[in-house]
Amino acid sequence: MSDERLIRPAPPRLTRRKLIIGLGVGAAAAPLSGCDAGSPQALNILEKAEAVTYAVQRALLGPRTALAREYSPGAISPWFKPNGSTDPEDPTYVALRKDGFKDWKLEVGGLVERPMKLSLSELRALPSRSQITRHDCVEGWSCIGQWKGAQLSALLKTAGLKREARYIAFFCADTLEQTLDNTGKYYETIGLIDAFHPQTILAYEMNYAPLKVEHGAPLRLRVERQLGYKMAKYIMRIEAIDDFKKISRGRGGFWEDRGYEWYAGI
Amino acid sequence: MRERMDDRARNPPNWRPGLTSISSALPAHAAPAARVIVRHSALVRVCHWVNAICFVVLLMSGMQIFNADPQLTWGQTTNFTRPFFSLTAREDDNGDPVAGVTTIFGHQFNTTGVLGASPGDDGSLEEHGFPNWATLPHYQDLAMGRRWHFFFAWILVINGLVYFANLIFRRHIRELWPSLKDLRDIPHAIVEHVRLRFPTGDEALHYNVLQKLAYLSVVIAFPILVLAGLTMSPAVDAAFPWLLTLFHGRQAARAVHFLLATYLVLFIIVHLVMVVLSGPINNLRSMITGRYRIKEAQR
Repeated sequence: MSDERLIRPAPPRLTRRKLIIGLGVGAAAAPLSGCDAGSPQALNILEKAEAVTYAVQRALLGPRTALAREYSPGAISPWFKPNGSTDPEDPTYVALRKDGFKDWKLEVGGLVERPMKLSLSELRALPSRSQITRHDCVEGWSCIGQWKGAQLSALLKTAGLKREARYIAFFCADTLEQTLDNTGKYYETIGLIDAFHPQTILAYEMNYAPLKVEHGAPLRLRVERQLGYKMAKYIMRIEAIDDFKKISRGRGGFWEDRGYEWYAGI
Repeated sequence: MRERMDDRARNPPNWRPGLTSISSALPAHAAPAARVIVRHSALVRVCHWVNAICFVVLLMSGMQIFNADPQLTWGQTTNFTRPFFSLTAREDDNGDPVAGVTTIFGHQFNTTGVLGASPGDDGSLEEHGFPNWATLPHYQDLAMGRRWHFFFAWILVINGLVYFANLIFRRHIRELWPSLKDLRDIPHAIVEHVRLRFPTGDEALHYNVLQKLAYLSVVIAFPILVLAGLTMSPAVDAAFPWLLTLFHGRQAARAVHFLLATYLVLFIIVHLVMVVLSGPINNLRSMITGRYRIKEAQR
């Protein structure tokens, strides 16, 4: 229903396409690159506010590692709405799923000192965190669930970030929109502040059981201070990058490429 | 321009030769002496219109955003099985919407054509919480709706801060705050309003008690509405967890946001009706140029 529409967006209209093109230069990162806002026609007045919103959210959260609220087990939602891809048909994923993700390995690469491949059991050996948090969808609904996973900070420390690294990109197994140029593959990017936040985990467990396919098995991201679309499911590869403009349509994520904010704090 | 209404009431009426000629153009025997006062300061007038524009955009983009999940529940999380308010579509066997249903506390109302299901661009019934003509953009596009909403939310907030500074530091609040005498006068004021008899003469120099209460309620509603909106933000919640406590949860904040917006819509309807009934030209002029003609009591 409403999420159905999100999954298969209406055929792009000229105005919207123009807009997305017009936004061009990863303007979500405008506050990070204020000077290269692009040509006048690329400026979208409405999007100006996004830079302000982002800056204010950053200022509010500040250098503090303010935690998202955590709830008691009793607050866990009886039903947690699966959204986006819930059953990826991508052949690689289907094959991995068939034998319970035994052959699945998380690739860690890009701007890291020690690229690596980690199996699920190796991920489980990393410092982990369990948290009961509220998942807020950009559509408006919320569900509470328990998540357990490896702290991304621990993984990044193990791999060792190079100095140029500014973002962490997550590449997923699922294709959420069929496109000719492969820009329908799900991916996400987050900044280093959120990457090293204690509640940012690579979850392999949900509600005290192994993560289900509809929620992103074998591994999904939790970035608790942002909206649901930042929390990439079916993660295959993690890369430390200096810039996301070169990835896909250049706005830092599947939904970002389709007009949503890169910093999804509101 | 800066004088307050109280001062005006005490001081000799604010005669303005340019404007009084309007009333002297009337037949002498029919023309009650007319005073023209500066009813609204320039700042209040600017704030009013900026607010009006922002509210329309925020309302329409807000309905766009609401349409992505057209239901309301109390508490932290969404109760998908029993929302207290929802706009849904009833579908036929092919999954095509055939009726729009508005559900309020379990009571269902057929709202086909407007709420739940309404005509799309090609005229056929489509599932929409609020209809296309009411949303911004008019077609389903949550991302654009959010962009409009947040841009104008900033303008609304900045405008609101200016207004509140005026309210407090220039004591504009004194024009809105009802006195005990005002409150005792409520029943009388209601009767007079129902009879469409509005204050004249010196009494018309101030807002009447019903105006004061209505405007005050809006002045109170807006900050709560903004706070409830912010409580929907996971980042703001992390920074200020007390917001979640204040509103009893994120979904409750969403409901409060929606209900206060509904209240403001109702206010605006009444507001516009009263503007029309109590002298639309005079009222509009007073909110544009500030000049308001006091109708003198008939003797």
